[in-house]
Amino acid sequence: MAQEPSIPSPGAELWTGARDSLPMLVGAAPFGLIFGTLAAPSGLSAAGALAMSLFVFAGSSQFIALTLVASGSGLAVILLTTLVVNLRHALYGATLLPHVASLRQLWRVPLAFWLTDETFAVVQLRYAAPDPSPHKHWYYLGSCLAMYGNWFAWSLAGVLLGRSLPHVEKLGLEFAMAATFTGIVVPMLRTRPMLGAALAAAVVALAGRGLPYKSGLLLAAAAGVTAGVLLEPRKVGP
Amino acid sequence: MKGHEVALIAGMAAMTFPVRYGFFALGERITFPPLVHRALGYVPVAVLTAIVVPMVLLPDGAHWQISLRNPWLLGALVTAGIAWKWRHLLGSIAGGMAVFFLYRWLAG
Repeated sequence: MAQEPSIPSPGAELWTGARDSLPMLVGAAPFGLIFGTLAAPSGLSAAGALAMSLFVFAGSSQFIALTLVASGSGLAVILLTTLVVNLRHALYGATLLPHVASLRQLWRVPLAFWLTDETFAVVQLRYAAPDPSPHKHWYYLGSCLAMYGNWFAWSLAGVLLGRSLPHVEKLGLEFAMAATFTGIVVPMLRTRPMLGAALAAAVVALAGRGLPYKSGLLLAAAAGVTAGVLLEPRKVGP
Repeated sequence: MKGHEVALIAGMAAMTFPVRYGFFALGERITFPPLVHRALGYVPVAVLTAIVVPMVLLPDGAHWQISLRNPWLLGALVTAGIAWKWRHLLGSIAGGMAVFFLYRWLAG
């Protein structure tokens, strides 16, 4: 415990955050590409597609918006759907809040703007690590910048190259994301409450997978969290 | 970009950023009660599991594939095994992806 503390520099944290996001950059690539490719056929201009990747930066919502635009849905429907699809991010925000609460707004605004499933996955792991680095928000920023640049670049590639890219979606690159999430979750499953949380979330996610707008995911999160809390030993505090 | 696209994108941004920023905006002005604090500790496991399990068990989104001939399941099991035994994230991802792509390549 009294060892010489070697605290990584901000630059080192930034780089590590980007590097640890690498598998998810690969996993997100086909989605960005397909989004860019589908924009024009769905009735969204190239500029509109790129602006969406730059200013909204939310993969699931962007795909659903394309579908709704193509089907001629009204603006109100699209916006309401976007809101519901994004609700899980509030849960991420609440979970990470204790770690970012003391940062200046200048940090909190961009870190919130860039908060995605993928960045949440690696960043919560970094914050859970026992080392006392005061620069973990730089790690968070590194993951954000990598994911943001990657998403824009692949959206752009999709817009520019469109259908001339042969079947990138069939390569199975999305598996990289599944592997990353699996690799992060599994070592956490060493206590009964954690295992119960995972099982409950899995069962509800499977049962609710047909529900619209990712609401099954929200229900699964609620079920998992509830199961975890209920399975905690009574007398032991947090 | 036409006017209705500007409205669409501005509107979607307005439905996305505040949801992500809401808790961050409060900063140190809010502290969660102990029960909520404990509950939030289960969010990562619950959400990440809820995202992954359907992807792996129903890779096409419609049909159950509970079989080792499902490369998604096989790859995820390899990742899980490595992660459990060695707690090495990048190693577990690399191992799972190697098996996933090797299997798909062999199976044509």
